[in-house]
Amino acid sequence: MRIFMEQMLNGLTIGSFYALIALGYSMVYGVMKLINFAHGDLFALGSYLGFTLLVWGNAYITSHVGLAGGMIAAILIAAIGIGIAGLIIERIAYRPIYSVGRLPAVVSALGVSIFLENIIMVIWGPRYQAYPASVVPTLRFEIGGIHVTLLQIIILILSFVLLAVLYYIIQKTTFGAAIRASALDRDTAALMGINIETIIFFIFALGPALGGTAGVMVGMYYRQISFTMGWNYGLKAFTATILGGIGNIPGAMLGGLLLGVFEMLGSAYISTAYKDVFVFLILILVLIFRPRGLLGEKVAEKV
Amino acid sequence: MAKDNNKKETKIRREQEYKETDKINEVVLETDKLTKKFGGLIAVNNFDLKVSQGEISSLIGPNGAGKTTVFNVVTGIYKADGGKVLFKGEDLAGKKPHQIIKKGIARTFQNIRLFSNMTCLENVMAGQHCRSREGTWTSVLQTPGQRKEEAEIKKNAENRLRQVGLWKWRDELAKNIAYGNQRMLEIGRALASNPDLLILDEPSSGLNDKESEDLVEFLKEIVKENLTILLIEHDMNVVMGISDWVTVMDEGKKIAEGLPEDVYSNPQVIEAYLGKDEEEEE
Amino acid sequence: MKTNRNIILKNWPILIVIALLTLLPFKINNYWIDVFFFFGIYALLGLSLNIVLGEVGLFDLGHMGFMAIGAYTTAILNTAFGIPIIILLPVSAIAAGAFAWLVCSPIIHLRGDYLCIVTIGMGEIVRLTLINNPFGITGGPNGVFGIDFLSFGGPLVIDSSIESYFVIWIIVGLTILGLVNLQHSRIGRAWNCIREDEVAAESTGIDVRSYKLLAFVLGAGLAGVAGNIYASKLMIVSPESFSFMESCMLFCIVLIGGMGSIPGVLIGAAAISLFPEIFRTFAQYRMLIFGAVMVAMMIFRPGGIWPRKRGAVKFESLLIKAGEENG
Repeated sequence: MRIFMEQMLNGLTIGSFYALIALGYSMVYGVMKLINFAHGDLFALGSYLGFTLLVWGNAYITSHVGLAGGMIAAILIAAIGIGIAGLIIERIAYRPIYSVGRLPAVVSALGVSIFLENIIMVIWGPRYQAYPASVVPTLRFEIGGIHVTLLQIIILILSFVLLAVLYYIIQKTTFGAAIRASALDRDTAALMGINIETIIFFIFALGPALGGTAGVMVGMYYRQISFTMGWNYGLKAFTATILGGIGNIPGAMLGGLLLGVFEMLGSAYISTAYKDVFVFLILILVLIFRPRGLLGEKVAEKV
Repeated sequence: MAKDNNKKETKIRREQEYKETDKINEVVLETDKLTKKFGGLIAVNNFDLKVSQGEISSLIGPNGAGKTTVFNVVTGIYKADGGKVLFKGEDLAGKKPHQIIKKGIARTFQNIRLFSNMTCLENVMAGQHCRSREGTWTSVLQTPGQRKEEAEIKKNAENRLRQVGLWKWRDELAKNIAYGNQRMLEIGRALASNPDLLILDEPSSGLNDKESEDLVEFLKEIVKENLTILLIEHDMNVVMGISDWVTVMDEGKKIAEGLPEDVYSNPQVIEAYLGKDEEEEE
Repeated sequence: MKTNRNIILKNWPILIVIALLTLLPFKINNYWIDVFFFFGIYALLGLSLNIVLGEVGLFDLGHMGFMAIGAYTTAILNTAFGIPIIILLPVSAIAAGAFAWLVCSPIIHLRGDYLCIVTIGMGEIVRLTLINNPFGITGGPNGVFGIDFLSFGGPLVIDSSIESYFVIWIIVGLTILGLVNLQHSRIGRAWNCIREDEVAAESTGIDVRSYKLLAFVLGAGLAGVAGNIYASKLMIVSPESFSFMESCMLFCIVLIGGMGSIPGVLIGAAAISLFPEIFRTFAQYRMLIFGAVMVAMMIFRPGGIWPRKRGAVKFESLLIKAGEENG
């Protein structure tokens, strides 16, 4: 039982990473009908940005403003930096292509993904990098016989706060309604007076910002980061998006959390080696049997 | 009152005359209490339709009445939620569109669905797909049998193109020809499968008067080829000019049917199209 | 009916290319012959993907999975049972094709983007399974080694660069012939109709599901052939050769070359295989530039370098098709 609870906690932590990244995919796909393959690599870039900040000057920042200060600074830098990166990418690589078609957009997104992944490799090298132990809280304690780390708690709280804020914005504000409307039918939304420019700005800044934040958290949680993690996390986060219902933002959150839990349970009780296979199987089964995902809506085709 | 009775008697007598003429043979297409729902919306509601061999039958009704949905169920694009579709006596339940065209029902679409980036000739050649059989290996190797069949397909398609008046556009991409020609091309593609029943969804939509007239003449010609035609139409000139029988739909149900001139003056039909008389509303 | 002489005279550029390709290996060193061998492999793979992506318009980003099935079938059956490579050629093709038929049947109805994701997943499942060495037959991350040379019996053993070169290019040539024949048949026509408008195709008498599956199975079979030749040339196969990145490359070959266009695929394959050679000195920046080029190509020339002339695929049709389906 104890192991189960610890695995659940682990699963929820990982799930919140997936959820944060999945939000970016969901928002962009929902409104722009574009699979932003580069999103995973933006997440990785965020992780590296946080790493660079914390390692700079021999952990200068952490030694001057403390552990918490260092973490906050890293997250802020990553969020802002990646948000800006997302906007730049949209402007350069996607905007010119919307009118041309779906397929070129997919290729362009792949191109950006390859570019980002390799920029990371060129700048930070092909080997693993690691968040040093000194910048990460290591406190662990027991609650009701279950081992919990302070870091897990921080991550879970931070993630849930972010998710809750985003949920509130999307579901309860007028602006959120505008986003949901654009996701359902972009052209009509524009005709109804919704400023699509603002929506695009929001989704391409906030989505990546959340991804960057997740990147720093992953860096602190696993400590080891590599330039290929964008691809890995990206695909799983996309699976989470599909699981929850693509274009559906609460769905992305739910999908992410569920996926993290499934992955942990699968790895603990079935097999660690095949855990990625397990995740992809979930993806395929969802698409075969319930393509609209858990929370998505059925869309009929008019003939 | 007497006048109404007279009208009614004339109508019944004329319908009987019609049914007794030589033209009326067996029933080719029949729907029996056909029902189709989309979620809570009942698009087609216990709809009965009979189309007889060799006739030109029209299905009319205001927008949203469910006419195209009936076509879509008949041609296998949608599955019926209730009732039956019988073609030459055979139940079409569960059959997919490509099987249905093979049985002999070919159709066109309200919004013209051509293969845009293929030539007009290729579009019509595609129509013969269900009448040809050469497979993958004979095609890869281009066996004599395959080449012969391919040549035949091409020849038949060329004849069809001439028939619909598009011979000079045969090598032009379908998306590049004029709208009116695109409509004819779609009809040509449907005819290429040598159907027994041709189903046309608003064939005169978007055509000008002259083109509509030409279409009417064309349809009158081809129905002589042992063909039956069922069409959805909005243009009353086309409906009146060409139909042997008219069925009227509104909100998924049949509200009237009969000879064109009778349906035209039917008060229920007029109400469906124009809405209730103002006096009655108060 | 055209006479054979007319056909030859009309297509003289092709003859020039054939002549060049035939004479080339005698003028360059082994290193470059190998480079052109891999050009041939990419060409064959590109042609195999072109059936699925170019002719039918299905987004397949997991195509290397099929090549992996073919390569590993050859590798395992050859090293474990000593079955000659030449016999394993059709066996690998059939294995890859059967695999495609099995895994694609349940998902073939999926629409555009979703099919894309599933194919990515399938490709990854193949690769990950190979890495994990199920039942101990795939050799894990190190793969299988000690694969024999292709041999036609007697002295005709394909053990040199120049011989491999000719084998692959003869196969590519035959494949092109077969594919061109298919393009001009009711099969190819049916495929193109599906790409243009699935609903209209189905209503025009084309069994869309079967033809989509056929495209996948044929494409997989050809990829399996490529896997067989690749395995016997390299004498070793390992999972990393069949990664998602490679599937992306294939996708780009078809797209950048010009979808549905056979000359375009060859140009794309040339670009992909010669590109790393040109940039060998900037090895580190190679992929960087590649990614940037991909983006630039889509902005400035989305039709590809050599778009198909007749019935050129315009992306609007795929866009509208996918858009309609997404509501």
